[in-house]
Amino acid sequence: MTDKLAKVPAGASPAPAGTPPEAIKAIPVRHFGRWVAAIAVIALLALLGYAFSQGNVRWATVPEKLFDPTILTGLWNTIQISVASMALGLVLGILFAVMRLSKNPVTSTIAWLYIWVFRGTPVYVQLLIWFNLALIFPILNIGFYKDEMTDVMTPFLAALLGLGLNEGAYMAEIVRAGIQSVDEGQTEAAHALGMSQSRTMRRIVLPQSMRVIIPPTGNEFINMLKTSSLVVAVQYPDLLRAAQDIASVSFAVMEMFFVASIWYLILTTVFSIGQFYLERHYAKGSLRSLPPTPWQKIKANLRFAPAKRSGGTA
Amino acid sequence: MTPMVKAEGVHKSYGAAHILRGIDLEVQNGEVFCLIGPSGSGKSTFLRCINHLEKINAGRLYVDGELVGYRQKGDKLYELKDSEVALQRRDIGMVFQRFNLFPHMTALANVMEAPIQVKGETKAVARERAERLLDRVGLGDKAGNYPSQLSGGQQQRVAIARALAMEPKLMLFDEPTSALDPELVGDVLDVMRDLAESGMTMVVVTHEMGFAREVGDSLVFMDGGVVVESGHPRDVLTKPQHDRTKAFLSKVL
Repeated sequence: MTDKLAKVPAGASPAPAGTPPEAIKAIPVRHFGRWVAAIAVIALLALLGYAFSQGNVRWATVPEKLFDPTILTGLWNTIQISVASMALGLVLGILFAVMRLSKNPVTSTIAWLYIWVFRGTPVYVQLLIWFNLALIFPILNIGFYKDEMTDVMTPFLAALLGLGLNEGAYMAEIVRAGIQSVDEGQTEAAHALGMSQSRTMRRIVLPQSMRVIIPPTGNEFINMLKTSSLVVAVQYPDLLRAAQDIASVSFAVMEMFFVASIWYLILTTVFSIGQFYLERHYAKGSLRSLPPTPWQKIKANLRFAPAKRSGGTA
Repeated sequence: MTPMVKAEGVHKSYGAAHILRGIDLEVQNGEVFCLIGPSGSGKSTFLRCINHLEKINAGRLYVDGELVGYRQKGDKLYELKDSEVALQRRDIGMVFQRFNLFPHMTALANVMEAPIQVKGETKAVARERAERLLDRVGLGDKAGNYPSQLSGGQQQRVAIARALAMEPKLMLFDEPTSALDPELVGDVLDVMRDLAESGMTMVVVTHEMGFAREVGDSLVFMDGGVVVESGHPRDVLTKPQHDRTKAFLSKVL
């Protein structure tokens, strides 16, 4: 017994030398439960599909309207407002997270107040408040600039402020958690090298906190793509609004909601792929080897598939 | 000649815990100064006071004749601004027990970072020096590796190179080999020995009595926040005068 144990690794570890070890050929464990579950799920899906096919849906309308110019304009507007709001939210989030952690009691209190207000009220209400600001301030007058509030507070600006400031409050908490996840020794090492507080934050702490910040931020962005449908409240012509506009004249109400849903799904899917690569980029240094991209996995499988049988190593 | 480090009655406490209870000592220029003592004796804390990572509560601490962390005008002390403290730290290199390399940068980038960011050096100049320093610590071929791809001993040698890149006049070592596997300790000690021979002033908190005896010029034994005994390493380590020193050495030697 001990003889065998000693022999096998000795012959196996330097792969090219000697004869290759005989690979194990065993009958794998059978998973009958999986088959049963898969069949049950397929049956249920088929029933659901059948129900929808019998429903009062004009399916032809869906692909027909998918690339309608109104829909595409709405889609583009949704992308614009989501990206702009997220960008504003990110900048505010980093700013307020750093302020929140500051030793200065004035700045940390300001940050606390901001987070308290904008995280503590519904984003829908915030959108309406921005949009109706003219009710209490008919004229915007900030010294060097003076104009009617209704001219300034366009649907885009109201949507941007409503979504962006709300997002900033959430991002501030995410960034704060990220900053606090970085080992204190990193700050000490940077300080010991003579780096200033702000440079330490920018060069050492923030890049390392990204690994913790990015996954929830991706989540936030996916949320943002969908939450942006609330901007209908401030007359912003987004994807959902475009779908509703068409629905109101064509009476294809559910069909247009399906069209909108398909585009939302496409947006979130495309972004999820982008997020994978972003997370991979910021994993640099914390992992010995990066996880393979799906494309690399496919290539690796193709390359090693024939060799696998003879115990090939990846 | 002004001593490189001069401590006068240094006290430090964290809340109720009184860690340093009046430290007086001098580190001369070009000297390798070893601090030994049981854990909790305050030797690491004292080291961290030298570059103001910790604020002292009483006494005075000078590096190269300059008061650390404060400015004295008449008999009043003024706290230095963060930027002024950073300026003082430029000239003091520090090596940590847990290496604290920047994990998101390669070994080379770790060494180049401070000269570029703090001194405003060009990339070319910083790179040239960083490569030379990595060669010096025997890691010229690992320049492109991230810290997670290096062994503990290699990481610590990169950390030494990183500190040296700022061309400090004083190097602080905080138990630099305590987190290493035994067979990796030698490589790090070799680099430190080489550094000592080049004339660098070094303050070393260590448990490596062999290193202290061979390389050290002065040695201080600390216990309970005070200096119990000091002198030449050979004398203190072989002929300790105090019972506490004897008791400690009998355990570690």
